[in-house]
Amino acid sequence: MRTYVAKRLLLIVPTLLGVAALVFFIMRVIPGDVTLLILGGDQAGRIDPAQIAAMKHQLGLDQPLLVQFGTWLWGVLRFDFGTSLWTGQSVIDELLIRLPLSLELALLASMVSVLIAIPLGMLAAVRQDSWVDYVVRVVSIGGLAIPSFWVGILCILLLVIYFGWGPPLEFTPPWVDPWANFQQMVWPVVTVGYRYAAVTTRMTRSTVLEVLREDYIRTAWAKGLRERVVVVRHALKNAMLPVITLIGTEFAFLIGGLVVTETVFTLNGVGRFVVDAVAHRDYPVVQALVFLIAFSFVIVNLLVDLTYAWLDPRIRYR
Amino acid sequence: MATNIELTQPAPAADLAPRLSVLEEVVQFVRKKPLGAGGAFIILVMLGAAVFADALAPYDPYRADYGAQFARPSAEHWFGTDEFGRDVLSRILYGAQIALFVGFTASLAGCTIGGLLGMVSAYLGGTVDLLLERVMDVLLAFPQLILALAVASILGPAVQNVVIAVAIPIIPRAARVVRATALSVKENVYVEAVSALGASRRRVVLQHILPNVVAPWIIMVTAQLAGAILAEAALSYLGLGAAEPTPSWGLMLSGSASAYAEKAPWIGLFPGIAISLAVFGFNLFGDSLRDALDPKLRGR
Repeated sequence: MRTYVAKRLLLIVPTLLGVAALVFFIMRVIPGDVTLLILGGDQAGRIDPAQIAAMKHQLGLDQPLLVQFGTWLWGVLRFDFGTSLWTGQSVIDELLIRLPLSLELALLASMVSVLIAIPLGMLAAVRQDSWVDYVVRVVSIGGLAIPSFWVGILCILLLVIYFGWGPPLEFTPPWVDPWANFQQMVWPVVTVGYRYAAVTTRMTRSTVLEVLREDYIRTAWAKGLRERVVVVRHALKNAMLPVITLIGTEFAFLIGGLVVTETVFTLNGVGRFVVDAVAHRDYPVVQALVFLIAFSFVIVNLLVDLTYAWLDPRIRYR
Repeated sequence: MATNIELTQPAPAADLAPRLSVLEEVVQFVRKKPLGAGGAFIILVMLGAAVFADALAPYDPYRADYGAQFARPSAEHWFGTDEFGRDVLSRILYGAQIALFVGFTASLAGCTIGGLLGMVSAYLGGTVDLLLERVMDVLLAFPQLILALAVASILGPAVQNVVIAVAIPIIPRAARVVRATALSVKENVYVEAVSALGASRRRVVLQHILPNVVAPWIIMVTAQLAGAILAEAALSYLGLGAAEPTPSWGLMLSGSASAYAEKAPWIGLFPGIAISLAVFGFNLFGDSLRDALDPKLRGR
């Protein structure tokens, strides 16, 4: 087990290095020069080349690419992600302003979805091919099919037109004013949570279905155990493994995938931050965010695998 | 000797099952898998809309008609018109072509490239496997959105380019699934037996491993199709996919749909329904296909 953890931790290094290199070079390949953007306009001819050169030098963009990459990586190792090219603020400080919103959205959505999804998925599996199963399946496939931005548009449409309600524009943290926070977050959470719940419900249903076919479940039935005991005590426990994986990976995806929801609801979260940074060619910000998103993805995956080993004694890692 | 082996092989299952007419088979499928049949029906309707868009569409999807801006849904314009007076129904019909094109090409390309890499990875093992796995890890951990942004800014926002952005994230998933399947097939006794009989590596891979990987590959393609259609819509919505005036469903929902939501809700309503229905259909069908092909769930 210990060697397995060590091996996995070691394998994280090349993955993150790859992500770092990929985002670094992608950002440099994208057309659009940040110095021109900062100095205003794209009419390159009208801006004094000396001024551009000075700006480049000031931002450290005149050094060879590999040197820039090395400097950046060295900073990352010391948890220093540099400063935004536009605001001059530390990237981490800028991120910390926006993180609570995205984190709250992701956490609430995953909590809501897990509370709904696991019982529903279990119910559908136990009553397979009944009308309950069909309803659960149709509703959950609906959650996969209906684009979240469209649900968002519909929400806003209904709320604004028929109830004259607009979402508050400033993000209010829950510890400042829980009610204002609730008002702001409830619809985004519903939109994101529906999709999340749909994915989890489907996974729960199919794994419970598989587990219910196992021999030990037949034994449990044969012992004359009640249905509730068979399903909850025996089947659900084993069916939870893939579901936990899914909840973990979806959560990791969510952190990076809130862009659309945040765009629809005009929330100033991490997703918007990434998109704006790319539009402004704010290299350090994009690099830091992509790196951190990949980092959380890799860590969550590792934790999921370790939970696996911990929950299932049959799994022995080398 | 050779004839003996022939004789002991089980007869093909098709000969044992009573032959059914096409109609009877369809009826049986509908009865056994009503949800899958529903999905197949939606897919057929969508295919019909895409293929016969020229004949079905009442108007030119690109032609602006400033005399009929923001027309309510009526007998002339069933789904109304948008801010340029373009007929929403016609645009949705042509949009089916784009959704299907992106969905099929992205999912086929992603699953094929990923599947081949997964096979290679599983069969060669060792350093190649380790390297390929790391590359797949990087692709999996890399946010799709940044990829799409890069593709859109380098190649320009266009339907063909969004295929690339949608296909790349599919590659590592397909590679994972196919690699895992190929690895477990490789462990089977019969593969060992075939190798012991002196079959070449190429023969083992092509004749014995590949056929076993086809079923999960087909499941992957269908499963990713729905996701690819949705991804195209989302990217076009964010302005990273198809560009105006292409009648992409996602693009129809961006900008004007929310800007004129109060005045003309139908601009945003119908493309959203089209996306949802299409993805819904492919998901339903894909689910039933998986149930039918997955030996663990078969016969239930």
